[in-house]
Amino acid sequence: MALLEVRNLDVTFASWGGNLVALRDVSFSLEPGERLGIVGESGAGKSVAAFAILNLISRPGYISGGEILFEGQDLTQLSPQEMRSIRGNRISMIFQDPMMTLNPVLTVGVQMTEVLHAHREISAEEARSRALQTLTRVHISSPEKRFDQYPHELSGGMRQRVVIATALLTESSLIIADEPTTALDVTIQAEIMDLLLELCELNNVGLILITHDLSVISQVSQHAIVMYAGRVVEAGPIWEIVNNAQHPYTQGLIGALPQQTTPGKRLNQIRGVMPSLSNIPEGCAFNPRCQLVMEVCRTSVPTYTNIGSTRVACHAAGSAQTGNPLSLEHNKT
Amino acid sequence: MSMVGNKLVRVEKLYKEFPVNSGLLEQFTFEGGRMVRRRESVKAINEIDLEVEKGEALCLVGESGCGKSTVARVIMGLNKPSSGAVYYNGQRIDNLSPKSLLPFRKRMQMIFQNPYASLNPRMSIRKTLEEPIRFHNPTITKAEAAELIADVMESVGVDPGWGERFPHEFSGGQRQRISIARALSVDPEFIVADEPISALDVSIQAQVLNLMMEAREQRALTYLFITHDLSVVEHFGTRVAVMYLGTLCEVSPTRTLFSYPRHPYTQALLSAIPRLNEERPNYIKLKGEVPTPINLPSGCVFHGRCSYATARCIQEIPKLRNVGEEIWVACHAVEEERLDA
Ligand SMILES: Nc1ncnc2c1ncn2[C@@H]1O[C@H](COP(=O)(O)OP(=O)(O)OP(=O)(O)O)[C@@H](O)[C@H]1O
Ligand SMILES: Nc1ncnc2c1ncn2[C@@H]1O[C@H](COP(=O)(O)OP(=O)(O)O)[C@@H](O)[C@H]1O
Ligand code: SF4
Ligand code: SF4
Ligand SMILES: [Mg+2]
Ligand SMILES: [Mg+2]
Repeated sequence: MALLEVRNLDVTFASWGGNLVALRDVSFSLEPGERLGIVGESGAGKSVAAFAILNLISRPGYISGGEILFEGQDLTQLSPQEMRSIRGNRISMIFQDPMMTLNPVLTVGVQMTEVLHAHREISAEEARSRALQTLTRVHISSPEKRFDQYPHELSGGMRQRVVIATALLTESSLIIADEPTTALDVTIQAEIMDLLLELCELNNVGLILITHDLSVISQVSQHAIVMYAGRVVEAGPIWEIVNNAQHPYTQGLIGALPQQTTPGKRLNQIRGVMPSLSNIPEGCAFNPRCQLVMEVCRTSVPTYTNIGSTRVACHAAGSAQTGNPLSLEHNKT
Repeated sequence: MSMVGNKLVRVEKLYKEFPVNSGLLEQFTFEGGRMVRRRESVKAINEIDLEVEKGEALCLVGESGCGKSTVARVIMGLNKPSSGAVYYNGQRIDNLSPKSLLPFRKRMQMIFQNPYASLNPRMSIRKTLEEPIRFHNPTITKAEAAELIADVMESVGVDPGWGERFPHEFSGGQRQRISIARALSVDPEFIVADEPISALDVSIQAQVLNLMMEAREQRALTYLFITHDLSVVEHFGTRVAVMYLGTLCEVSPTRTLFSYPRHPYTQALLSAIPRLNEERPNYIKLKGEVPTPINLPSGCVFHGRCSYATARCIQEIPKLRNVGEEIWVACHAVEEERLDA
C-alpha cells in the first residue's frame, strides 16, 4: 500500500470576485520511506498542497475535490478530532519558520516531552531522557542546557533542529517539510538536509520536501513534481526531470540557473511572470510564456502523457521539440 | 592593502558598532561593591579594509548577520562608521555634511533587497523615476525628463506606457527592475546592490541579473553586489570578498576563489553549495555555533569553528595578507603553510 496517495485534489479559496482555484487536479503518490520533492515558483501552490494534506486549509479555503489517502485512509473524510491525532503524531511537519511549530513561551524540554506525553503513557524521567537523546541525535551541542532554554535563545538553525527532533519523538511515517532551510545559511542548510535524509533513511520515514530550489531537491529526493499555477505540470524520477525535462516550464526553470551558463554570459530567462490565480490564462496556463506555444495551447488544457517514467502535461509532449535542449552533461564533472 | 588598478571606493579600518537595546536595568551590574553601568554593543564590522576597482563587480558574501549590509550602508553614508574612513575617488566622504555629500549621492546609487519596501506605494512609476532625475538635474525641462524616463523604463524592460501605474500593480521582478531603473536614471558610476534578487523567483532572478550585467557593460558601471547565493556570485562577480563575523577572511578573483578557496571558512562555505548533481557533496562540517557579534571571540573570530585552530589563532588576529596574484587571505594556517590545498 502506498504511504500517501493524493488523487485529483482541488483546493478553492472563496473570494468576493469569485472562486479562486489554488490547486487543480493534483495527483501524486509516495511509497513508505520514499522522498518526494515539490518544486515551483512562489504562488505555484506548493504550500497549499502541504496544508491540504494536513487538513489545515481554513476558510475561505476548502478542499473542493479529490481524495488524500494516507495509509489507505481518506484524510478528507476525517473529523477534526481524528485529524488531530494524525497530525504531529503520524504525519509531522516542518515549516520555513520554526516558530510556526515551536511555542515561544515554553522551554524546548517542555515542548518535547509534551509531545511524548500526548500520545503515550510515559514517565517524566523517561520522557526527559528520550528528549535529550533525540537532541543529541540532531547534533545539538550541550543538550542539557538547551533543554531548559526558550526558542528565542536559540539560533534559527538550532530551532529548526529542535523541530526535527520533536518530529522524531513521534511515530510519524511521513514528514512534510515546507521550505525548511530557505531562511538559513548554506552551511546550516547542508547540515539540516543531511540530518533529514539520514533520519528518514534510518527510520523508513517518507518525506515531502517543498522548495523552490531544485538543487536542494536533487540531493535529497528520489522523485519530484513540478507545479505551475496550481497544477502539476511534470512528475517523475528526479534525475529524469533534471537531465531530461519534458515540460517547457521545467526546462526553463533548470535552464535559468546560473550554473547552467558560462560565468558572465547572459542567463537563459523565462519571459513574463507566473499569472495570479484570478488571472490564469485559458488552455495551458504557461502558454503566454512558452516558446513552443501552439494554437491548441490557448484553448485546451493539456492532459497528462507518459514519456518513459515521467508524466507531463503539455500538448507538445513527446514531439521532437521537447527533451532538454539545455542538457546538463557539461555540468556533471 | 594595495592593489593594481583604479580604485573607485576604498574603506580603511572601517569599524561599526551598534548599542544593544537591553533594558536600562540590565545595563547595571554590581562590580567591586559599586553599581556600574555597562553598555554592550554589537560589533557589526571590525576594522575592515577593502577596495573596489573601477568597472569591477565585487561580490560581498557571508552568512546572515556577518555585516554585509552594514558595510553597504556605511559606504553609502546611510550609517556613520564608529571609526575608520570611506574614500570615493580618493576623497574622504564619511565625514561630509549631507550637503557636501550631495554630488556623491548622484554618482553612487543603492538597490535594496525588498522591492516592495523600496518604492513609495503612493507614487506612480513615472513620479518615482522623475524625482531623482529632477533632484540631481534641477535645470532639466519636463520634456527632457520625460524622454529620459521613457528611455530608462525601456532599458529595464518595463513598458513606458505604464508610467501612470503604481507599484502594487507590478510583480516583484518588475518592481525590482523599476528600482534598478531609478538607480540608473541619474547615470551613476557606482551601484551598491544589497541582495537585489533574493526575494525573487529563479526565472525572474535571471531577468534581473541579465539586466544588471547589461547595464554594467553599456554604462561601465562598478558594482558592490551583496548576496548569500554563491551560484550567483560565481556567475556575476569578477571578484569576491568573503566575510565572517564582521571581518574579511578572503578577497580573491572569482575564478580563483571557486577553484582554490584558501581560507578554512571559504572552503566550508563553498563545499556547502547545493548543486544539481547526482553525488551528494561531501561538505565540510563546521563545529560549534556562530558566536554572537556582541562578544567577539579573541584572535581569529573563526577559531571556535575551525579545525585548524592553534593557540596562536586564539590570541592573535590574523591580518589580510597577499598570497599571490591578487589573492588576499587572513589566516594563520595559510601563512604557516599548514593547510593542504
Ligand atoms: N541598526 C542596528 N542596530 C543594532 N544592531 C544592528 C543594526 N544593524 C545591524 N546590526 C547588527 O550588526 C550585525 C551585522 O548586520 P548586517 O545587517 O550588516 O548583516 P548582514 O550580513 O547584512 O546579514 P543578512 O545576510 O541577514 O542581511 C548583526 O549582528 C546585526 O544584528
Ligand atoms: N488564505 C488564502 N486566501 C486566498 N488565496 C490564497 C490563500 N493562501 C494561498 N492562496 C493562494 O494560493 C496560491 C498558492 O499559494 P501557495 O501554496 O502559498 O504558493 P507556494 O507555491 O509559494 O507555496 C497563491 O496564488 C496564493 O496567493
Ligand atoms: S501545452 Fe503548449 S503552451 Fe503549454 S507548455 Fe506545452 S507547448 Fe507550451
Ligand atoms: S587563523 Fe586559525 S582559526 Fe582562523 S581560520 Fe586560520 S587556522 Fe582557522
Ligand atoms: Mg510556500
Ligand atoms: Mg543584509
